[in-house]
Amino acid sequence: MSQANIEKSEIDIVIGALHSDLTAFMNEWKPVFSQFHLIVVKDPDLSAELLIPEGFNLDVYTKSDIDRVVGSATSILFSGYSCRYFGYLVSRKKYIISVDDDCVPARDNNGSLVDAVAQHITNLTTPATPFFFNTLYDPYCKGADFVRGYPFSLRSGVTCALSCGLWLNLADYDAPTQALKPEQRNSRYVDAVLTVPARSLMPVSGINIAFSRELLGPALIPALRLAGEGKLRWETVEDVWSGMCAKVICDHLGLGVKTGLPYVWRNERGNAIESLRKEWEGVKLMEEVVPFFQSVRLPESAITAEDCVVEMAKAVKEQLGQSDPMFARAAEVMVEWVKLWKKVGSS
Amino acid sequence: MAAVAASSHAPTPLLKDELDIVIPTIRNLDFLEMWRPFFEQYHLIIVQDGDPSKTINVPEGFDYELYNRNDINRILGPKASCISFKDSACRCFGYMVSKKKYIYTIDDDCFVAKDPSGKQINALEQHIKNLLSPSTPHFFNTLYDPYREGADFVRGYPFSLREGVKTAVSHGLWLNIPDYDAPTQLVKPLERNSRYVDAVLTIPKGTLFPMCGMNLAFDRELIGPAMYFGLMGDGQPIGRYDDMWAGWCIKVICDHLGLGVKTGLPYIWHSKASNPFVNLRKEYKGIYWQEEIIPFFQAVALPKDCTSVQKCYIELSKQVKEKLSKIDPYFDKLADAMVTWIEAWDEQNPAGAAAEKPNGKA
Repeated sequence: MSQANIEKSEIDIVIGALHSDLTAFMNEWKPVFSQFHLIVVKDPDLSAELLIPEGFNLDVYTKSDIDRVVGSATSILFSGYSCRYFGYLVSRKKYIISVDDDCVPARDNNGSLVDAVAQHITNLTTPATPFFFNTLYDPYCKGADFVRGYPFSLRSGVTCALSCGLWLNLADYDAPTQALKPEQRNSRYVDAVLTVPARSLMPVSGINIAFSRELLGPALIPALRLAGEGKLRWETVEDVWSGMCAKVICDHLGLGVKTGLPYVWRNERGNAIESLRKEWEGVKLMEEVVPFFQSVRLPESAITAEDCVVEMAKAVKEQLGQSDPMFARAAEVMVEWVKLWKKVGSS
Repeated sequence: MAAVAASSHAPTPLLKDELDIVIPTIRNLDFLEMWRPFFEQYHLIIVQDGDPSKTINVPEGFDYELYNRNDINRILGPKASCISFKDSACRCFGYMVSKKKYIYTIDDDCFVAKDPSGKQINALEQHIKNLLSPSTPHFFNTLYDPYREGADFVRGYPFSLREGVKTAVSHGLWLNIPDYDAPTQLVKPLERNSRYVDAVLTIPKGTLFPMCGMNLAFDRELIGPAMYFGLMGDGQPIGRYDDMWAGWCIKVICDHLGLGVKTGLPYIWHSKASNPFVNLRKEYKGIYWQEEIIPFFQAVALPKDCTSVQKCYIELSKQVKEKLSKIDPYFDKLADAMVTWIEAWDEQNPAGAAAEKPNGKA
């Protein structure tokens, strides 16, 4: 499908504002963002006024909007990086693209500015191939194709519901890794998009992500919150948890997940060593959940993303809820989220 | 984080006494001139296909052993029936008679490629790097090979899985003429692969892939007996599926034994596009047979007591006979040939060559 067929009006760009001054961020992204509708959600913990330059078509949501829409009797917290999920909830578009507010457009190996939005849309509107690995990566890309030995019956692929982009400069490492390699920066531009095979798990990073809200919307949830969660990615695992659930759900529903291009340029921020204290908790938690995610199976009767989330929540509560109250809470949030999505999220 | 960070700064070992380069050929080996700076220190095993009375010219200065069909028949006796004739599948004979730990195999129409900076790519060095560093089949790392210099495991990657597993296979790629099947070649005769993807990645456990034998390296001790390239060519109903067959077999066995398979770098320059009409005739049965073969391999379960490659392979041959013979009697023959191959392998590689996995983990 050519990009021209996708109406710009089918896309929302959701930005979680953890910084109040978005001037530089928005100006850097202007060449890419200016044609789209943006949803900016202000971290409810942020007290300062948002500074947003002119020239954008956008809606801003703040704590009072969140409170009004969601109500007070809820276990769902939208603070910090989780604020963007509110944007997912209130959007009415088919596709959502979201980047962290400390990222700017990257440049490719030719020095050209990477249009991350265009690439994400290409990823979401061309098929994914989760059942058999193509050694030339994305076969639908210009200049590439399926290689010899790729079964013909699998060449039409499946719909891609999630597109995970990457990061130049400050890669999405955890705090221990970055603390031990303080000088390491990602300068390798890997010119590929590939489908993450079915039943393979991966760490989904919320820093640069896009998805089909229509197909997968309810499956991206701010469910797992660390006790010491902070305002740096090193201090969170909300996206990793959300992504693991989303991958299991995609595998179950026969949807594809792609990874690779586009890159964004992630700016320096924070101190990995200081974050070590907070994120260690997240690192420990991840160890416990891997066997669960590898083995969880959803019933055939779950045929929508909502159904799947409800089933995932049950499984989380049953199998992980005992080992740590954090998981029991996550399961609760997932159930609440589906209710909220049905009430507010469906048009 | 990647525990082998130190090795990424140390020079890659040459392994010149531990690695053989296996090359099947029917024409000449002129292409070796271009590879001389990279290959000259290694021992070559040349498997001459086709007319054994023809003399294959090997450029001066290379240390090699050469086997033609007469040699294969002499060495294997009746078991030579498992080695294909008039097909590059015959190369697996070279794997069998090698005495080294590692094998690199390359086609005689593959040349040295250049990376985007214009530098010549030492494909063998990259394969060695790939084989000597772990694989990560149990969890996908979004920054690809975490053991490469400049990369690492990303946030959310479980620490308990960061040691990785041993790498059994390194599958390289091709610039210029891509490895397309005949129908694709017919539709896109002018397409050239010019995209240099600067990545090595592990193919996840449970996922199959099309393994191309043009630019391939493997640890013979870890997976050698499973690298049988099947019955192809003369007298066989199928061709150009030798490496595919081996690829499906090795992947299932690697997944079972907890070994890793990598794909990506290095690139070589593939210069010759074979005739798509000839290819179509060879492949066409494969194209529709694979629709049934793939589900077979996807569903294969090897019992826990298959703790060596040979045991896994024999078990696989039983299942091939049981489940694929109904597609075509060819698979019955192939299953027998798989057994013959293992028998021949064990004869050529006696005592100690069968490396049992210590934990026998399924």
